[in-house]
Formats: sequence, C-alpha cells, structure tokens
Amino acid sequence: MSTLTKQTLSHLDWLESEAIHIMREVAGQCSNPVLLFSGGKDSICMLRIAEKAFRPGKFPFPLMHIDTGHNYKEVVEFRDKRAAELGERLIVRSVEDSMKRGTVVLKNENESRNKHQSVTLLEAIEEFGFDACIGGARRDEEKARAKERIMSFRDEFGQWDPKNQRPELWNLYNARSHKGENIRAFPISNWTEMDVWQYIEREKLELPSIYFAHTRPVVMRSGAIVPVNVPLMNGELTNLPKAGEEIIDLQVRFRTVGDISCTAPVESDADNVEKIVLETATTTITERGATRLDDQTSEASMEQRKKEGYF
Amino acid sequence: MSAQHVEDRGLLRFLTCGSVDDGKSTLIGRLLFDTKAILADTLTAIERTSSKRGMTAVDLSLLTDGLQAEREQGITIDVAYRYFSTGTRKYIIADAPGHEQYTRNMVTAASTANLAIILIDARKGVLTQTRRHSYLTKLVGIPHVVVAVNKMDLVDYDQATYDRIVAEYKAFADQIGLTDVRFIPLSALNGDMIVDRGERLNWYDGPTMIDILEAAPAAHTEQAESFRFPVQYVCRPQASDNPELHDYRGFMGRVESGEIKVGDSVTVLPNGLTTKVKDIQLYGESLPKAIHEQSVTLLLEDEIDISRGDMIVSSTEVPAQTKQVEAIVCWLSETPLSPARTYWLRHTTREVKAKVASITHRLDINTLDKEAATTLAMNDIARLTLKLAQPVFADNYTDSRATGAFILIDESTNNTVGAGMITGLNA
Repeated sequence: MSTLTKQTLSHLDWLESEAIHIMREVAGQCSNPVLLFSGGKDSICMLRIAEKAFRPGKFPFPLMHIDTGHNYKEVVEFRDKRAAELGERLIVRSVEDSMKRGTVVLKNENESRNKHQSVTLLEAIEEFGFDACIGGARRDEEKARAKERIMSFRDEFGQWDPKNQRPELWNLYNARSHKGENIRAFPISNWTEMDVWQYIEREKLELPSIYFAHTRPVVMRSGAIVPVNVPLMNGELTNLPKAGEEIIDLQVRFRTVGDISCTAPVESDADNVEKIVLETATTTITERGATRLDDQTSEASMEQRKKEGYF
Repeated sequence: MSAQHVEDRGLLRFLTCGSVDDGKSTLIGRLLFDTKAILADTLTAIERTSSKRGMTAVDLSLLTDGLQAEREQGITIDVAYRYFSTGTRKYIIADAPGHEQYTRNMVTAASTANLAIILIDARKGVLTQTRRHSYLTKLVGIPHVVVAVNKMDLVDYDQATYDRIVAEYKAFADQIGLTDVRFIPLSALNGDMIVDRGERLNWYDGPTMIDILEAAPAAHTEQAESFRFPVQYVCRPQASDNPELHDYRGFMGRVESGEIKVGDSVTVLPNGLTTKVKDIQLYGESLPKAIHEQSVTLLLEDEIDISRGDMIVSSTEVPAQTKQVEAIVCWLSETPLSPARTYWLRHTTREVKAKVASITHRLDINTLDKEAATTLAMNDIARLTLKLAQPVFADNYTDSRATGAFILIDESTNNTVGAGMITGLNA
C-alpha cells in the first residue's frame, strides 16, 4: 500500500462518470424512462450529466416536473428556460390538477403540498406509462436515504418496500420491472451537498437566482427564517405573515428549493458559487436541518449551541 | 481557499467488517466526527438520544444507528453508505451490519470496495467471525486489508496483547493468501489512532487510521489491465438538424478495465471485426485517451454494426467468448437456487439465459470445508458451473473485476438472487 502510481479519476470526475454510467444503464435497460427536473440544484446537475451521457444525441427520455403550484417563480421560470435551451421535451403535471380531480385533498389551505406530489407523480407515471423515473436524490440527505439503492424498486402502488429491495453489486444494475411497476434511479446517490456545489462551480452551471444571497421579506417563526409575501406565477402572494409577526428584510439564500410552504432560506451573503462552496465547507448545519420548517425547535437549539461555541 | 484547489487524491471506497460489539459503529462515528463530516444538528440529535439512554458521553455509534422503522419491524438490516471527505480525498464507507444475512450483506458491500477494515476486539482476539470476514474479503477480491485491533483501552493499551493478535492473524492471512495486510491498534471510543494519535499508544509508531486511508491506492489494482469497453448505448442522431451528424455513430460506455488511446486497435465482440479508435469524446470534447472507470463515447474508423451488449476490447488481449462459466456464487435470495430453473445472467451490459450445469461444492465460510450440495440457500457460497444460452465475453474475476463478475436474476420476480465471480472459462 505504498505509493499511488496508477492514474485515477479525480473525485468529481469519478462521481460524474458513475452518474453517466447509471443514466446510460437506465436508457439501455428501460423502455420508457423520464427524468425528474424541478429547476433545483441537484436536478440541474442531472441535466449536465444527461448532456454528457447522450450528446450529440437527444436525451432518450423527456423531462418532467411535478409542480405543486407553490413553487418559487424564479425556479419555475428557470425550469422552462433551461428545458427550452436544451431543446428537450418538458412535461409539467400539477398537484392543483390532482386537487381538482379530487385525488389530492389538503387538510387545510396552508398545508404543505410537498408530500402530495407523490400522488400526482403516480398519476403521471400511469398516464405516460413510464417504467423508470430518474431522480436527483442523494444518500447523504438523511438517514432513510443511506440505505437506498441506486435502482430502487417500487410496486404498482409506487411503494418502497424495504424488504423487497434488490441487492446491488459491482456496477451491475437490475432495472427490470413488470408492467405497472416502476424503477426509481438515482445517479447522484453517492454525491454530497459539497460535491454538488463543487460540480456546479466546475461546470459553471447556471442556477435560479434565489440560490444566491438576496434580500427578501421574512418573519422569524420559532427561530426559523420564514419567507413571507412570496409572489406566485399567477401574481398572487403566498405565505402571508400571521397577525402580530414583524416583517424584516433579511439577506438570505436557499440551500434547497421546493414547495414554498416548507422551504426556508439561511442567512447568507454568499452571492456567487465560490462563496457558497466556502460556506458549505464551513457550515455546521445539515442541508435538511437548515431548511426544514417542520423541525424548528431542534434547529433553533442547534443554532444556539453553535453560538455558544459548541463545536 | 476552495476545496478543489487542494490536491485531489480521488475517491476511496472501503468496507468496515465487524459487529456492533467490535466497535464498528463507534469507529465509523469517530471517522465522521473527527473529519467534521457530522454537522451540529446531527450531533444535537445524537446527544439527546445518548442522554435519553442514560449515557454521559455522546455515543458516536448512534450515528450509524439503523432506522427506527427497521428496528420496529424487525426487517433485514441493510448495507448503508456513508460519506466523508478530508479535503484531499473523498471516502465512501460501505457499512454492512453483522447480524443477519451477514454473507449477503458483506458480499454486496465488498463488491465496490477497494479496502476493508476488519475489526478485532482486543479482549477477544481472532474469532470465527474474523476468519469469515477475512475469507469473504479475499473471495470478493478486496486488494487492501487493515486489521484494526480495537478496544485497546479495555486491555490497558497493552502492547503484548496487540502483538499476540497480530501474530495470530498473520499466520491465518498467509494460509488464505491475503497479501496486503496492515495492522493498527486503536480505541475508537477514545479516538486513539483514528485521526489523532492520542497519548496512550506511544509504543505504536505506524500511521493512524486516517493516514492509512489517505495513502491507500485509489485504483482497484496497480497491475496493467486489458482494455474492456462494454457498450451501453449507441448514439445515432440521424434526425439531427446538423447534417454532419447524420453519419455519426458513437458507442457509449465506461472503460471497465485498462485504458484506450486514439489510434489503438480494437476488436468488437461478438462479431470479431477489428478496427481503430478514431475519436474519444465526452460532451463535444475530444480526449487523447480514456482511463479506467471513465465514461466516454468511442468513434471507430470503420462502420461496424454494434449494439448494446457488445464489447469493444483491445485487439491484442481479447477475452474468452464462452457459453459455459465456472464461478463462485453467493446466493442472495430467500428462495433457494433451483438447478431445474433458468435464470437471467447479467454480465457487463449483456443479459443471457443461464442454467446450473453442476454444483461442484458448497463452502463452509467458517472452516473453508467443501461440502456436496444440490441446492443453495440464502448466504450460501458455492463453486458451480453454469451453461449459457448465448456467449459472454469474460475474464477471470481475479484478472478483471468488472468483466469477471455477474449477477443472477429470477425470471419471474425480476429479483437479483445471486452474485457470481468467474473462476474458469470454457468455450
């Protein structure tokens, strides 16, 4: 184990190469795949990987976004622009259409629509007969993902049965499925948040503006930064402040973008990718911890610990 | 200073073998913690759990604790993948729990690893379990082994205890043919010799665990390997608006072994035609060469009919084309192997029907004894011969991991039921 002699790929090249290989396997093994594209940073990396995997040809799959109707305008506009630039087909299916059909019923108007995306996704899978959905999930995102397969099998109800997952050995992926079943393929499973940002920096990938530091009206709710008066595509404002809340203008950026109702920004002055890479290297909060609004108490206490010099 | 301006020593995938009792989870927790891969909110959650369980110090093994749902439902505990980076190198840990379905989990985790850390409890020394881990490590062809004698704190950091275990393990490693083995004493609990040296193991002057990991070769083998390029996908953009692309034929895949340069002579299997590499492309860029594990698109001098499942190889080192393979197979499924049934065999990008011709013997992985067998149950390992409906283009697993490995798939359920390593090729 002495010296390193044989030439090997750099870590980003290795991750990219693995992701390209996985995408090509999906294209080679599945008859009707689709790539899920939200306009978020992970799926933006996925598009570059798809370009590297299939150009000068067209992508062997369309792009699809499951729109909650509560997405940031900047992200939706970016999504459409990027798909048009690539000259690839973009399918948009909306949670609001599922609500009209009665297949999605919100508990109340303010309930996050995030989890309801899966209903709309399943409806779209059935409508188009997709046998595989390529997604940008990463194993470092949370505990439940650490054991996820690169090719994850879902039954005809779209359910993930941990007892019924296929062992995955070497780089021999098994994407076989029966009619009605579905494979979820995750080419960037082995990437971390840092890898994603380093890749964005290296590839000079364009991102929606809200990933960079900007000033926006927010309120502090149980220690978390909650954006308020956010304009939707149709011009309406959402996330209105509650009575008695003080609106402040804060310089923030988003580490993840998703449904407006459950994505919180972090305070930051990082206005370019290089600064974000630096911030990511020195952050003390996980991506989910910083942005999930449903776990505000632990987030607040963690912030406090950091201020007390815990680490 | 942004991280990519620092020297990039690539990516190392390693496996940790051992049960919870050996301190495996604590070791992983310690690696993640001491390399700052754990962020404050995760640590807070662990602290809370530690104090709930009545512990005074933070229990780092909780970092790798399985899911609540898993424990509640008593379902199979699976291989988990974890990540950390030192700034110069990225690491992927395959963490295979030691309880149930051990062989299956360990073979799965080992299949992508280039280094194995085998944990030994200093109080217990070399156990049956240690032998099993080591044998599987050898079987799956992990080139580098680090034997970590853990819990040195519980034997008063006694050098004689450590030396005795090292001597015993060395004798065993020679017996099974493990060549590159390193030893290190540590206390994962106290963090001695993981990232920091600590002050209690001063008699040990070797590198720390993290130094060993940083110095280990990232490549699976240092030997020169033959060029193997299984074709995954063929790019023919005939309908493109660009007329220059109407005759474009790009063969897309990953260099699974060896390397390739523009101008090299290659042979296409199965048709056996020989041509030269005209261009190596990645996203519109022409590359002078492509190395092991690099995904590229190859353009060839001559127009040859090539499709997915074919293989482009070095003309001077052509692999065997065979409809019969001898292999070591690990059975992964709860449904036993049936010699009466036909399975799908997936080898590189090729899928062929396969049937068991004969089971030579089953191996007892604790004693290495060979036993007669007519079927295989989950976790069994056996040497057997398979008949194939179409040929595969294969090498022995010990010569080339990617072209020597295959999986078996159940035709009716589509489940992956077996993992194979080729030991012999017959045309």
